[in-house]
Amino acid sequence: MDPLSTVEIIIRILAQLSPVWISLIFLYALSIAFKRRLGLYGKLFDSPIGMIGFALVMFWVFAGIFGAMDMIVTHDELSQVSGMKNKIPGTPLRSPEEGEYQWYLLGGDNLARDVFSRLIKGAWEVIKIAPMAAVFAFMVGITLGLPAGYYGGKLDTFLSFLANLILAFPVILLFYLLVTPEIVKSGVPNYMAMVLFVFPIIFLAVLLNSRFHTRPSLRTPLLIGVLGLAIWLYLQLVSNGGYLIRTADYSIYGLPRVLDFFDIDPGLLVVFVSVVFVNSPTVFRIVRGLTMDIKTRDYVAAAQTRGEGPWYIMLWEILPNARGPLIVDFCLRIGYTTILLGTLGFFGLGLAPESPDWGSTINDGRKLLSIYLHPALPPALALLSLVLGLNLLADGLREESLKD
Amino acid sequence: MGLFILRRLSVMIFTALCLTFIVFFLTNLDANLEKLAKTQGNMRMSDAEVTSWLDKNGYSQPTALKYGQWLGVFPGWTRTVENEVTGRCISGPVSPEDAAMAPTFCGIIQGDWGYSTVFRDEVSTIVGKRLSLTGRLMFWVLVLMVPSALLIGVLAGMREGTLTDRSLSTVSILTTATPEYVSGVIFIAIFTSSAVGLKWFKGTATSAMDNPTFENFFLPVLTIALYGMGYIARMTRASMTEVMTAQYIRTARLKGVSFYNIVVKHALRNALIAPFTVIMLQFPWLLNGVVIVETLFNYKGFGWVLVQAAGNNDIELLLAVSVVSVVVVLLTQLISDIGYVYLNPRIRIS
Repeated sequence: MDPLSTVEIIIRILAQLSPVWISLIFLYALSIAFKRRLGLYGKLFDSPIGMIGFALVMFWVFAGIFGAMDMIVTHDELSQVSGMKNKIPGTPLRSPEEGEYQWYLLGGDNLARDVFSRLIKGAWEVIKIAPMAAVFAFMVGITLGLPAGYYGGKLDTFLSFLANLILAFPVILLFYLLVTPEIVKSGVPNYMAMVLFVFPIIFLAVLLNSRFHTRPSLRTPLLIGVLGLAIWLYLQLVSNGGYLIRTADYSIYGLPRVLDFFDIDPGLLVVFVSVVFVNSPTVFRIVRGLTMDIKTRDYVAAAQTRGEGPWYIMLWEILPNARGPLIVDFCLRIGYTTILLGTLGFFGLGLAPESPDWGSTINDGRKLLSIYLHPALPPALALLSLVLGLNLLADGLREESLKD
Repeated sequence: MGLFILRRLSVMIFTALCLTFIVFFLTNLDANLEKLAKTQGNMRMSDAEVTSWLDKNGYSQPTALKYGQWLGVFPGWTRTVENEVTGRCISGPVSPEDAAMAPTFCGIIQGDWGYSTVFRDEVSTIVGKRLSLTGRLMFWVLVLMVPSALLIGVLAGMREGTLTDRSLSTVSILTTATPEYVSGVIFIAIFTSSAVGLKWFKGTATSAMDNPTFENFFLPVLTIALYGMGYIARMTRASMTEVMTAQYIRTARLKGVSFYNIVVKHALRNALIAPFTVIMLQFPWLLNGVVIVETLFNYKGFGWVLVQAAGNNDIELLLAVSVVSVVVVLLTQLISDIGYVYLNPRIRIS
């Protein structure tokens, strides 16, 4: 078996990614066909920058999802194949088994693992954490930022002080303090998770109650249903193996195992919690600023005269009108979260050492960078293109939302 | 103005106190203390030995008390075993007579920053030495970053929508999308590796600590500068485009002032107010960049110390590092506020 030439490598990678191409073409065809009926999302397809950004983002989203379903990857991301250590891209396997892919398309890393497969699996690591972390950060930021901006006064001073406190911390120092095995053992991340994950529930409860409290016959069953589900999900999230907190000294019982359908790996939880923790003060400041601006508008005064409650005004009058800047910031925040996750991986914090995420892979590859480029460069370029895509997408959205 | 600064300073001190207490609390959790005991003593210590080691070195007191001692508002602990006194303010076991001579308070208020357990040296000397190294790095970063960012921003913003604007804006988006560990790796791969063969620069900056040259110092500086550059450039562009559509610029144009003079004499002064704040608020981000780049290029400055201290749970060094970084962040915030008022006469502090 001969090594592949550069052209062959490119062709084979493109072929390997075919599910991604098909999905992308499908998505774009559908979106462009119906773009007039899709609101802001449809308008995105009027701006070339937004389209390029969206394509880059969706490329990695599809690659991550299909990669997680083992469709694109050529080899197992953790298995080491003898004789493939630091081999250049396109090297054939020494003795491929029946049905096994015969080449390392992007070469092998310093532990003889396939760089291409790790790259695709690394996309999934980002796709599964970053958007969720951004959503949680937004829930926390919105739930606290709206009242701070609307009421002002002592509440605002206090919350702003807390936000500035967290923002004054250098992010890396915070990560080094929070994301260590010792801290995980002491249960601090679990407490933080318990506090931070409450905010979506509060948000949902206030959102629904403020809208429907005039119709108790609808509100009560709706609230019981939605909150019941949310609290159940919350308990599943925060309790692990039947315990909320389990340290050497003491433990607090949580949801019984029978009702607990998924457990979150403590290493992953601490990463997730710290990323949310770092992001939410910035969201808080943005929401607070927007609220202070919007609350002086006439329609807010009209709602106040109508006698609407403060939470109704905040959530159903102010928030929808602040959506433009918030959507833009949401895209940027996912990009920033991706960078943060890469930073964590780069310093070897939190995630498992053999994890295929891009930050860890860059960190592994950089030590031999002067001789072998191929293990470190693909994840670096992948991270760059994903974050660039998100920034371009945000730019396109900003441009389009300013047009109306 | 004086009252404003005074108020800001008191908030600053309060913030610094809160933050150091958080760091103190996190580093003094049982699991972290156990790790510290095992790295300082030996890895195979039993639980009882760990407890006695912590007892002997004053770590088993309540956290609030220890924090007070570190600050210097509570008297430092002492411990007498068989006529030998050890304590926070005493170096090594001494006789009770000598111990009586030692100061009662020794915290940061008294100027005692403590002792680093990793480097086995006074914290103040370590921090001072490393800060000067990082200061040099930061200085060159600012020298490179600020003028080029402003230039890109002004060039892109003075004629909105042109080809220059679009290409420069794309460049600045690209740089904001490239975190230091990505751009650093790419630069090392292109400019230093034997695989590409350019070998223009050195892949490590270790030698730059004693003897910085263009060859060994440019890449780390460029790596940090690039990430912040795009953001400042975009802000400058935004403020420049806003100014260029203002009424007085139109008046100047109709009067027949040349485009060069409009930009340099009329627009620039107003357009540079917003970027000033942004540049000041970039300092906390630069601090992150410093940690990454110093690790990547093996330049043993302040960021490298942060990683060492945090990785080894070196409590007093870590506290000193966080005090320094928090003070840097808060001071730049203060300067940016004051500078904003100074630059923009329309804003008055009530």
